[in-house]
Amino acid sequence: MSAPVRVSLPAALIALFPGAPCELELSAATIAEVLGALDQRFPGMRDRLADSTPRVRRHISIFVNGERASLQTPLAPGAEVLVMTAISGG
Amino acid sequence: MDEETRMPDRLSVLLGTKKGLFILDGDRARRSFALRGPFCAAWPIGHAIADPATGTIYAGGGNAWFGPAVWKSEDFGASWTHSSQGLAYPEGEEAVKSVWSLALAPDGTLYAGVEPAGLFASHDRGATWRHVSGLSAHPSRPHWNPGGGGLILHAIVPHPADPARLHVAISAAGVFATTDGGASFEPRNRGTRADFFPEDQRYPEVGQCVHSLVMAAGLPERLYQQNHCGMYRSDDAGLSWHSIEEGLPSSFGFPAAAHPRDPDTLYFVPLNGALEGRYVPEGRAAVWRTRDGGTHWQALRQGLPQQNAFFGVLRQALATDPLTPAGVYFGTGSGELFASADEGDSWFSIACHLPPIHSVETLALSD
Repeated sequence: MSAPVRVSLPAALIALFPGAPCELELSAATIAEVLGALDQRFPGMRDRLADSTPRVRRHISIFVNGERASLQTPLAPGAEVLVMTAISGG
Repeated sequence: MDEETRMPDRLSVLLGTKKGLFILDGDRARRSFALRGPFCAAWPIGHAIADPATGTIYAGGGNAWFGPAVWKSEDFGASWTHSSQGLAYPEGEEAVKSVWSLALAPDGTLYAGVEPAGLFASHDRGATWRHVSGLSAHPSRPHWNPGGGGLILHAIVPHPADPARLHVAISAAGVFATTDGGASFEPRNRGTRADFFPEDQRYPEVGQCVHSLVMAAGLPERLYQQNHCGMYRSDDAGLSWHSIEEGLPSSFGFPAAAHPRDPDTLYFVPLNGALEGRYVPEGRAAVWRTRDGGTHWQALRQGLPQQNAFFGVLRQALATDPLTPAGVYFGTGSGELFASADEGDSWFSIACHLPPIHSVETLALSD
């Protein structure tokens, strides 16, 4: 069952979606639902964070209360979801 | 007005680079260019094109963190949006990594070629995409192998009048064509070599490493290609190919560019060899031009570095503009852009110290 969770987004992501905040609260039971809720508010955001396999993109890290998470990770009420860009590039 | 003085109100060169899209705005003489960028959040951009009717710029690429997308600007680069809605294979299949090529068909369809190799189409100017599944459904698909750049669809050549006809080039699967709007594709590789196979298997139906595919102006049945293993011409829409590499310093290179009006004029940038470093032969830069469809070749060197030049030019980084005389442009892997305003007779550097240049295209627009 969906519950309110707090989500932090990286600056490089919100730069791609004008008006997107770096922190927001939404209702979700899993990380997949977090991405779905983000996509509803900011169309296209899910594609930036997860691929069509589907899974979290290789160089995106998502933590729930400090623990690395996948799309299937369940969320308890009040969970802190931290989306980060991992090391990559050249 | 003298034809040679005719100049559009806007002439820009679009550079897809490893670190974003750059735009060079030229003056009337095409001698001085002002650089803008990087755009597209400095994402790696595989290819950027402009709609010659509207000036809308499309830039396709892929970011290591955020995946593939096609960017769009309707104000010459001042503002941008991006979309990848529908730019995806079915769940469970390998995800699209990046966009390598773009093309506009005569009916307004925007095509995107991606890695891993496949074709997508947009009927709403890049807002949403659908998979052209007829290509991926070809029975040879399980046997396609990646080239050095990955398994990439790097060239899309629409027929200028018939939207049902289209050629694509895939490294290293070869050339494929559809005549039914993408419902089905067939290989078009007869006569092109695959030197990297055993001697008795060097002319397969698929598996060739095509590097570049272009269409001759005004002759839709005539195609030219730079291949990993030779340069070729076809006069029957790719059903058969014959070598045109005699007279060139190497059979290896990446880009080809067709003249905007003369179907017999073509430009190549041969490199010294696949295993020899892939730079301009002897460290002396030259663009090679034919005026007779590939029978004879001329090295164009005036203004290009003739010693200690060890750059390469990638598969989409050579282009012509539609002016008279035609401008020719090429970008190097080491981030320099050379231009000619006289069909290649003389050259000058118009930008340097840029990121590695993946693609070069031009935009000429009159108000």
